[in-house]
Amino acid sequence: MEITASAPAEPTTSTLHKLLRMRETGLIAIILVMFVIMSFASPYFLTWVNMRAMVMAFAVEGIVVVGMTILLISGGIDLSVGSVTALSMVIAGWLFLQGIDPWVASAIAIAACTAIGAFMGFFVTRVGLHHFIVSLAIMVIARGACLLGTGGRPLGLYTLPPEFKFIGQGTIGPIPLVIIIFLVVVLVFDFMLRRTTVFRKVFYTGSNEKAAAYSGIRTKKVIFLTTTLCSALAGFAGIIYMARFGSAQPTFGLGMELNVIAAAVIGGASLTGGSGTIFGAILGVVLLSVVSSSLALLDVSVYWQDIIRGSILLAAVSVDHYLHKKRG
Amino acid sequence: MPDNVILRISNVSKSFGAIRALRGVDFELRRGEIHALAGENGAGKSTLMNVIDGILKPNSGEIIWDGKPVRISSPTKAQKLGIGFVHQEIALCPDVSVAENIFMSTTNISRSFLMDYKGIEAKARDVFRQLSDIDPSVLVRDLSISNQQLVEIAKALTLDCKVLILDEPTAALTEKEAQVLFGIMRRLADSGIAIIYISHRMVEIFDNCDRVTVFRDGQYITTRDVAEIEPADVVNAMVGRVIENLYPEKQALAERSQEIILDVQGLTDNKRFSDVSFQLKKGEILGIAGLIGSGRSEIVKGICRLDGDVSGDVYLNGEPLDLKHYQDSIAAGMVYLSEDRKGDGIFLDMPISNNVSALKLDQVASPLGLINRELEDGQAERLGNKLNLKCGQLSDPVSSLSGGNQQKVAIAKMLSVNPNLIFLDEPTRGVDVGAKAEIHRILRDLARSGVGIVVISSELPELIGVSDRVLVVREGRIGGVVEGDMITEENIMHLASGLDAQELTG
Repeated sequence: MEITASAPAEPTTSTLHKLLRMRETGLIAIILVMFVIMSFASPYFLTWVNMRAMVMAFAVEGIVVVGMTILLISGGIDLSVGSVTALSMVIAGWLFLQGIDPWVASAIAIAACTAIGAFMGFFVTRVGLHHFIVSLAIMVIARGACLLGTGGRPLGLYTLPPEFKFIGQGTIGPIPLVIIIFLVVVLVFDFMLRRTTVFRKVFYTGSNEKAAAYSGIRTKKVIFLTTTLCSALAGFAGIIYMARFGSAQPTFGLGMELNVIAAAVIGGASLTGGSGTIFGAILGVVLLSVVSSSLALLDVSVYWQDIIRGSILLAAVSVDHYLHKKRG
Repeated sequence: MPDNVILRISNVSKSFGAIRALRGVDFELRRGEIHALAGENGAGKSTLMNVIDGILKPNSGEIIWDGKPVRISSPTKAQKLGIGFVHQEIALCPDVSVAENIFMSTTNISRSFLMDYKGIEAKARDVFRQLSDIDPSVLVRDLSISNQQLVEIAKALTLDCKVLILDEPTAALTEKEAQVLFGIMRRLADSGIAIIYISHRMVEIFDNCDRVTVFRDGQYITTRDVAEIEPADVVNAMVGRVIENLYPEKQALAERSQEIILDVQGLTDNKRFSDVSFQLKKGEILGIAGLIGSGRSEIVKGICRLDGDVSGDVYLNGEPLDLKHYQDSIAAGMVYLSEDRKGDGIFLDMPISNNVSALKLDQVASPLGLINRELEDGQAERLGNKLNLKCGQLSDPVSSLSGGNQQKVAIAKMLSVNPNLIFLDEPTRGVDVGAKAEIHRILRDLARSGVGIVVISSELPELIGVSDRVLVVREGRIGGVVEGDMITEENIMHLASGLDAQELTG
């Protein structure tokens, strides 16, 4: 470009100003407003039981969102997370029914999902295919494998030992262990993404892959790792679901990828890579859950819920696009 | 003869925010003339051409076409008037045939439902009859860059244009191809078409154009018959001061050192360059010249293992280097500043401080790999001050800066690793005159302090202005080296186009 405007310095940019410009602030405001409205609209909304149910509903999916957000930041995308979650369950459940210790079975299942991620990473970085196509194929293949392994019926795992079920069903004090696991995963990855050199390279790669390569970053390795991590976290989530439900469901997680991607994008992750935060993505999850929960409490038809969720996604992305354009 | 004027621009202004890109400029174009438009980057040439082509709307002023005032609101409108614009960057669809590319816009407005492939191929053949012997049925991707350029020109010609704008068309051409193009331009002009020719190369302007108009800092400076003036007058009008002052003083004879920083022996990649050997001495700035496509960037990228599979020996400060990856090159203190700043030089949407630290994050992190923001910001601030970077806050994205300041961020990134040697590929592309001079001064200071500086540039005046020695690359080989008074535009072009060293003149 020949003519570029030199931005005038903004000496008045205070911390408050910056806070207001952040994506997260807007999301928190919207969520708070919904809380206030809903607490008037429904007496059940602000009860401990409802809150707990709401958090339980998104906690495990939230773990998948963490992996997806990191992958999106690196410039990738994964449509197979729902199928891989189910496959993790099915592998662990099937092995358990063959008499293998549930902990070992779970470890094998997570390892298998990690290998699937590595397999996708191989196709993306070495063969040079697009994430979208590779993960679309894996989504279908993994789902097929689930149905093949179970004959399409859920595997009832009635003999799971209680210490294993504790992962999904137990509580520590009043708080379900699932929520604690979720919070630990979120806090750990949020911290790492903000502060570690390893994850900074994920940002560089997603922001401008060529510039990253020209800065000595092995971008293919980065993309390979984020792809693998996303599948590994999906596999981990599958195990928690299995412990929670006491069964392995081959049809679990249909459409999960859309929810997960929507949450990450509402939370500020860019589909072209380079930006996004775990905190924002989790707020996206919370927002979608609050909406679902509210609509259910208000007796709105389930069919409306999808329409409303889709509209929220569209609105969030449009607002973001507009703001980005304005900043130039 | 006023009725001979096809296009007249009067008092046109255009601003982008606070930047006044055009300040009440005038311009007059006659039928059948080749009119050169000269000016530095940022002088307003492209802005004016974009106004004429309807891409940009002027804030004020008048455009008079064939005696009548017009408003050119879009490129389609410009096409209807008969304005053809061949942009500097080639914008063809590589996967379809030459004929389809040429008739893209005709197809776009055609009412018929089916494609008439035979018809457009025949018509394309017609157009090429006057240009060159390109087969209209081949795919554009199979053509050389120069032939693609001709396709662009053919595309403009089919629109029955009366005015043809050529924006640096020879940048990608060899000397010979350029001569063919000039022949074509003259024929078109003789048939009554007015040509606006944008170029930095004085020789081309003086050999092929009738008149020249000079812009500087968004202002109209002068229009003269080429026969009346000398190249130096145009250059002085372009820069607005005597050219010697633009560049920092070169290395004095007494400063010359025999200490060798970089020694390259027999570097080959068997594709784009072979048997490249040269040395860089301490304190000097080594320029690398060569036509686009000569392999000059590839050689440098090969040295630091950014690209390709290379063999040959490289010694840095006397030590042999065994590099596998660019990372090893960075570790050895040898870094490369990319020619395409936005494409692969910087992270536009990331903060300034994060950009500066990208080459060696370990420097701003704890041994465990935790980034220390204070260190990171401190590094950016220190280097930013050193380079006189003008920015708001270090947390602002690089996209908020001007081209010159973006480039300073990219240079700060290089300096962050305390390099022994920096390769700079087009270090001042898209940078305004002021920042350009500043960058040249920075390079000279670095060279004085013992950092090896190698500059690649397509802009010969720049290369001549900053280099103590210039290496000329031709078709993947070293075509020759010029030094001191021998560094002239003519000598470099001679070597670049393959003439013997004996013919060089001091």
